[in-house]
Amino acid sequence: MLRYLLSKLLTFVPTFLGVTLVSFAFIRVLPGDPIIVMAGERGLTEERYAELQAQFGFDRPLYVQFWDYLTGVLQGDLGESFVTKKPVWDEFFSLFPATLELSIVAIILATALGIPAGVIAAMYRGKFFDRALMSSALVGYSMPIFWWALLLIIVFSGNLGWTPVSGRIDLLYFFPDVTGFMLIDSLLSGQKGAFASAVSHLVLPSIVLATIPLAVIARQTRSAMLEVLSEDYIRTARAKGLAPVRVNGLHALRNAMIPVVTVIGLSVGMLLAGAILTETIFSWPGIGKWMLDSIFRRDYPVVQGGLLLVAGFVMVVNLIVDLLYGLINPKIRKR
Amino acid sequence: MALRSFLTATSLVLSMAGAASAQSTLVYCSEGSPEGFDPSLYTSGTTFDATSHPIFNRLVEFKVGTTEVIPGLAESWEASEDGLEYTFHLRPGVKFHTTDYFTPSRDFNADDVVFSFMRQYDENDPWYAAEGGSWEYFNGMSMPDLISSIEKVDDLTVKFVLTRPEAPFIANLAMDFASIQSKEYADALMDAGTPEMLNQEPIGTGPFTFVAYQKDAVIRYAKNAEYWKEGLPKVDNLVFAITTDNSVRYQKLLAGECHVMPYPNPADIAEMQANPDVNVMEQEGLNVGYLAYNTQMAPFDNPEVRRALNMAMDKQAIIDVVFQGSGQIAKNPIPPTMWSYNDAISDDAYDPDAAKAMLEAAGVTDLSMKIWAMPVQRPYNPNARRMAELIQDDFGKIGVDVEIVSYEWGEYLERSSDVERDGAVLLGWTGDNGDPDNFLAVLLGCDGVGGSNRAQWCYQPFEDVIQQAKVTSDPAERTRLYEEAQMIFKEQAPWATIAHSVVFMPMRPEVEGYVMHPLGGHIFTEVSLAE
Repeated sequence: MLRYLLSKLLTFVPTFLGVTLVSFAFIRVLPGDPIIVMAGERGLTEERYAELQAQFGFDRPLYVQFWDYLTGVLQGDLGESFVTKKPVWDEFFSLFPATLELSIVAIILATALGIPAGVIAAMYRGKFFDRALMSSALVGYSMPIFWWALLLIIVFSGNLGWTPVSGRIDLLYFFPDVTGFMLIDSLLSGQKGAFASAVSHLVLPSIVLATIPLAVIARQTRSAMLEVLSEDYIRTARAKGLAPVRVNGLHALRNAMIPVVTVIGLSVGMLLAGAILTETIFSWPGIGKWMLDSIFRRDYPVVQGGLLLVAGFVMVVNLIVDLLYGLINPKIRKR
Repeated sequence: MALRSFLTATSLVLSMAGAASAQSTLVYCSEGSPEGFDPSLYTSGTTFDATSHPIFNRLVEFKVGTTEVIPGLAESWEASEDGLEYTFHLRPGVKFHTTDYFTPSRDFNADDVVFSFMRQYDENDPWYAAEGGSWEYFNGMSMPDLISSIEKVDDLTVKFVLTRPEAPFIANLAMDFASIQSKEYADALMDAGTPEMLNQEPIGTGPFTFVAYQKDAVIRYAKNAEYWKEGLPKVDNLVFAITTDNSVRYQKLLAGECHVMPYPNPADIAEMQANPDVNVMEQEGLNVGYLAYNTQMAPFDNPEVRRALNMAMDKQAIIDVVFQGSGQIAKNPIPPTMWSYNDAISDDAYDPDAAKAMLEAAGVTDLSMKIWAMPVQRPYNPNARRMAELIQDDFGKIGVDVEIVSYEWGEYLERSSDVERDGAVLLGWTGDNGDPDNFLAVLLGCDGVGGSNRAQWCYQPFEDVIQQAKVTSDPAERTRLYEEAQMIFKEQAPWATIAHSVVFMPMRPEVEGYVMHPLGGHIFTEVSLAE
C-alpha cells in the first residue's frame, strides 16, 4: 500500500511542473496588456508605462519571470495580487472553504440521488422508470447553469419566497470565521437561527451545482450496473434464489462502484469549474468568482497561483479516489 | 424573508450583541468587491463607493447631486492673485474614527493633510511604495507636475504651491484620491511593520466607521457618532451585500434582502417602473460617447464634410436600438449635469438630403471611410459594433461607403491615438472631477493630439478659450468661456456627439433622502429608512 501511495505521489512531480508552466503561460497568452487595460480611456505616458512595467517586473525576459515564479512557488510564495496587494495564498484560503463547503454538499447530493437513480434505471431497463430517469438526466446534463440558477431563484426565492436569493447567511448574523465553513461556524456562534439560515442559503446553489454531476453519476451507475448484471455470477446468484435486493444491492452494486467512483472523482474537477458560474450568480464568496474576476483584470499572480492550487486540490482528490479503489476492490490494492 | 421580519431580526441580533435596540440598517446590494480600502490606490467607482464616500472626507467635497465644489475638511480657502498658491483653513475639532484597531489621541490637523498628499507625491516618502500601489489617479490628473510644494503653515492651515495657475485644481482635491488619512494611524502601522493594513483596515473622518469585510460577500459599517456634520449619518448601520449579477440584485431588492441596488439590467427597467414596491430614480451619466473624425486627414480636415456626416446620422435610432432607452442624445461634448453646459446650442438636424447636398457642395463624391468599433461595453456605448452598423447604414444613404474595423481593447486605444490613423473612431469619456476642463482640454485640446484627442484636432480659437478658462479662477467667467468653447466645437464639428448614458437607481419605497450623484458615486450619508 505504501509503495502504491509513493508511486502515485511521484507522478505528482511532472504534473505539478506542467501545471505551473501552463498556468503561467495561459494568462500571458490572452491578448491585453494589463497596464494598458488598467489605464483604459485615460491612457498613460510612455514614461509612466515603463515605470509600471518595471514595478510589475514585466520588463524582464519571460524565462526570468517564470524562474522567479517557480522558485517562489517552491518556497511557498505565490506572490501578491496586483489589485488587492494581499498574498495570493491568504486570499485563496480565506475563500476556499466557501467553495469546498458548497462542493461537498453538492457532491453528496449528486451521489445520494444519482446512484439510486442509476440502479433503479438499470433494474427496469427499457421500462418507464428507466426512460423517465435517463431523459431527466440528459436534460440535467445539458442544462445551461446560469439560466437554471436564475430560474430557480425566480421561482423559489422570488415567487414562492421559500429560499433566500443569494449569499451564504442572512446578513444580520455576524460572527467571526472560525473554520470558514458556514454550517460549522453558525453552530459555533451559538446565535439562534444562524444554522438554519446557513442551510437555507445552501439549498439552491447546491442543487444547481449538483445538477450536472448528478446526471453523469446516474448514467454511469446505470451502464455499470447493466454490465455487471449480465455477468455469470449474477445469474448464478439469481439461480441460487437470492432476493433481488441482495443481488442488486450487494453483489452487483459493489462491483459496479469502481467506474462510478472514478466518475465521482472526476466530477470534483467539473464541480470546481461549475462553481465559477454558480458562485457568480449566487454571490457565493468562493474561489470560482475570485479567479474569474482576476482573469478579467489580468491579475497574473492570482490567476496562476489560483490555477495551481486548484489543480493541486484536484490531484489530491484523485489520489484519494485511487486509494478508494483499493478499498472497494482488493485486487487493485495488491497490484 | 420579508423586509419587516428582516428588520426585526436585525434588532434581535443587535440587541443580543449587546447594542441598543431599534437600530436602523440600510442594506445596499453593491455590484462588486472593493479592490482595497485605501481609495488613493485605485480608480474604480466600486472601490470609491465602499471607501472614500462612507469612510473618508476630503478638503473640499462635491455637493451631492451636483458637480459644485463645497467646503469639506477645509472650512474655507483662498487663491493668490497669480493663481499659484492655495491656502486652506482647516475645520477644527474633527475626530478620526475610534475602532477596535485604532484609538486616535488627537483631532484632525494639517499633518494629516500633508501626509495624505506627500505619500502620493514624494518618491522619498516612506509611504510612497509601502502599500505596493502606484497612485494611479494622482498621476492621471497630472498632480505631480502641477504641485510644487505642500506646506503646513500652522496646525489648521495648509498651503499648496502650484507650478502653473490651474483652476480645476480645486475640483481635483474633491476627488477620491485626495481622501484624507490619519497620519497618527499610519505612523502606528509603520512602527508595527504592517503598513499594508492601511489598505485593509481604514481609519477616516467620514460618516461611517469600518466594521468588517468578507471578500465577495459583505462589508459592514457603523454610524460615526462623532461625525462633524450635525445629525448625520441618518442610519445606524450600513451594509453592502456584494451581488455581482444584476438580475439577482433585482430579485434581492424584491425579496427585501436589500434596500438600494445600482446598475439594473436595462431590460428590467420597464418592469421595475411599473412595480409599486420599487422606486426608480434616473439621471444622465457624467459621460459622452462620440465618433471622432481624424481632422488632419482629407477630406475630414474640412468642417463642412464633418458637419454633413453629422447631419446624416440618425441619433434617435441609435438611442433606441443601442441604448434601449438608457441613453440620451448628446449635442455637446460635455454632459448636461455639468456646470457651464450650453443648452442654447441646438443639435444638427437629421437630414440626409441636406447632408448629401452639403457633401457635393464641398466637392466630395464617392467617399469611402473606416469606422472603428470598440470591442468593449461602456456606459457611454453599450454596443459599439451595433452602433457602427447603424452609422454605416445612415452614411450609406448619402452615398458614403463605410467599412467597420475593430481591434483588441489595448490595441484599439493605442492605434486610435495615432495622428496618421485612418478612419473615424467610436469612443467616449467618463468625467473624473466634474470640471469642464476634464472633458474639453483632455479630449479636444492641442496637448492631446496623438493621445487622448482622438480627432487629432488642434484649433487655435478653441484652444485659446479653454486655456483662458483654465487659468481663470472666477467661476462665472469660466462658465462664460466654456459656453463659448462649446459653440466653437459645434461649428467646427471635430466629433459627432452621439449619446450620454442614463443611469437608473432602483430602491425600495421606504428609502428616503437618496440623491443621485452625477459623478457616479453612491452616497448614503443623508439616507434614512421610513418606519
